[in-house]
Amino acid sequence: MMKRTQPDRHGHFGIFGGRYAAETLMPALLELEAAYRAARKDAAFKKEFAFYLHEYAGRETPLYEARRLTEALGGAKIYLKREDMNHTGSHKINNTLGQILLARRMGKKKVIAETGAGQHGVATATAAALFGMGCRIFMGEEDIRRQAHNVFRMKILGAEVVPVAAGTATLKDAMNEAMRAWVTSVRDTFYVIGTTAGPHPYPVMVRNFQSVIGREAKRQILKKEGRLPDLLIACIGGGSNALGLFYPFLDAAGVAMTGVEAAGKGLTTGLHAASITAGRIGVLHGNKTYLLQDGHGQVRDAYAIAAGLDYPGVGPEHAWLHDTGRARYVSVTDEEAVEAFVALSRQEGIIPALESAHAVAYAIKTAPTMGKDKIVIINLSGRGDKDAETIAESREGKE
Amino acid sequence: MGRIEERFTALKKEGRTAFVAYLTAGDPDLEATKKLIPALEAAGVDIIEIGVPFSDPTADGPVIQAASQRALKRGATLKKILAVIAELRRTSGIPIVLFGYYNPILSYGPERFAADAAASGVDGILIVDLPPEEADELRRFTDPAGLAFITLIAPTTDPQRARRILRRATGFVYYISITGVTGTAVPRPDDVRRDVKRLQGMTALPVTVGFGISTPAQAATIAPLADGVVVGSALVRLIGAKGGSGDLIPAAASFAAEIRRAIDAASPPNSPVK
Repeated sequence: MMKRTQPDRHGHFGIFGGRYAAETLMPALLELEAAYRAARKDAAFKKEFAFYLHEYAGRETPLYEARRLTEALGGAKIYLKREDMNHTGSHKINNTLGQILLARRMGKKKVIAETGAGQHGVATATAAALFGMGCRIFMGEEDIRRQAHNVFRMKILGAEVVPVAAGTATLKDAMNEAMRAWVTSVRDTFYVIGTTAGPHPYPVMVRNFQSVIGREAKRQILKKEGRLPDLLIACIGGGSNALGLFYPFLDAAGVAMTGVEAAGKGLTTGLHAASITAGRIGVLHGNKTYLLQDGHGQVRDAYAIAAGLDYPGVGPEHAWLHDTGRARYVSVTDEEAVEAFVALSRQEGIIPALESAHAVAYAIKTAPTMGKDKIVIINLSGRGDKDAETIAESREGKE
Repeated sequence: MGRIEERFTALKKEGRTAFVAYLTAGDPDLEATKKLIPALEAAGVDIIEIGVPFSDPTADGPVIQAASQRALKRGATLKKILAVIAELRRTSGIPIVLFGYYNPILSYGPERFAADAAASGVDGILIVDLPPEEADELRRFTDPAGLAFITLIAPTTDPQRARRILRRATGFVYYISITGVTGTAVPRPDDVRRDVKRLQGMTALPVTVGFGISTPAQAATIAPLADGVVVGSALVRLIGAKGGSGDLIPAAASFAAEIRRAIDAASPPNSPVK
């Protein structure tokens, strides 16, 4: 059994994590940590969070046996944790409901957030609308272009979408700008970070809000199969859907877990987002973790066909799970992800988000090598309606 | 006594407020940086903060972001910047503080950085994203190397935290005068007066004020309230506008001289102790 003693009280997972933040933000981070610690112990807060997850987000989400996919692959039995069936279409709502309930408790009236694919932006705008809070979403111009559908949704929900032109105009740049906006408005504004990254306590807090995924999956698989699964698979951008699934299983030594990073156009091309597979230890956005960077410590631009994976870092707990060997990290290319996107759509009638398609792609590779008595759970973190155009472009490009 | 301490001691004797100037190293290129620093020194700058460009400067406003991008495009690296400082050191005794983010230093190697920075003639370092909670991993090398670890205090830092932070501060204290990123707002004199006075009551170190001071008039307003005034974005904006043109150096020098005059006029040399 593995002992869960991480992180330490300053948010370090081994050498990773921590709180590498500007002094202007430090008091806010300490205040947030104290407020979160109090909320966690408060039965009323837990009850309120559980209420909104159930009544509003629509949990619990099904653990669905993908029979045709299993049959086609001819190996392990595959289950899909259907986070795509949450309100707003992805796992992101779990975290934004948690953080916005906390923001309310702290008396904040305004929230800001960064977004890549727009899923976290939509989930934040949704929770902000639900509680009548002001909402500004920072989004890279490139992502605004490729995820126009989600931009409309955010605007309909009453959020202001702030375009970010810096850098490659994707998730990293949106997060830079959100942090600057937070520095400027820290006294009355709550920053809703969308993944298990950022300065402490965000990685812990987001993981805990998301761990409802794994807790449900555990209960569901025990009910359906009478035993724990052999392998968990989830895609990794910052890593929140993966940690949400993995965390409740960490102490179960027999459960293997694999995080799937975006290899983009291939690891040797430099056009990828595989921070653990191909990065070095660095500090960005408030935490120490694996980072895509050049030889001088300048952060490199990530690339992935899935906007939600297009990030040069990764949550510090994943970096730590990698170093301890508890979880494995692999990568799949754009092309493999697109194939998996189509395969799951055709075989199960489920259009996965391109992000989640990375997890499916790895399952397609690995399930056939496993015995039929083995059980795999894939976290289907979001639905793919938003990606129709990207898929169309990518398939046209091939023809 | 280090160069920073010497400079502040001398200024105090004269009853003057320190003029701290920030520029981004390598903007428009490192050759220009080499010429800018002596010119700024001659124009009356007391301490130079040399910004080490970083790809993701989350504490900086648009002006310094753009300068960092320009410098990186022209190939500025921490190693080259240290070489420029070593060269300047042959002829200049001006105190030099490296200002930047942690990742380039982490990538360089903290231990090697401490040795190389000290050997190049760097006097202090100011790492925006390395709060006291995380600073030991660098200070265990830079403190023994004799580099001052300049500590930031923000308007959001409460007195208890400030007192705790200041116990381990060296060099001088950098008070961030606005709740925001560099060069994006103007500090309110009444708040600055109150906050600086409070900090001076907690530490024997000089307290400088920066992040929002861009004109001679603003420098004049803040000068009587603090031990030092930092001007950054305004100078960087000017450098950006002049770029590689022939009058870059004289323009920067004349802007610095203007700030110097404004500071001295507002807190005249050898005036009664403030």
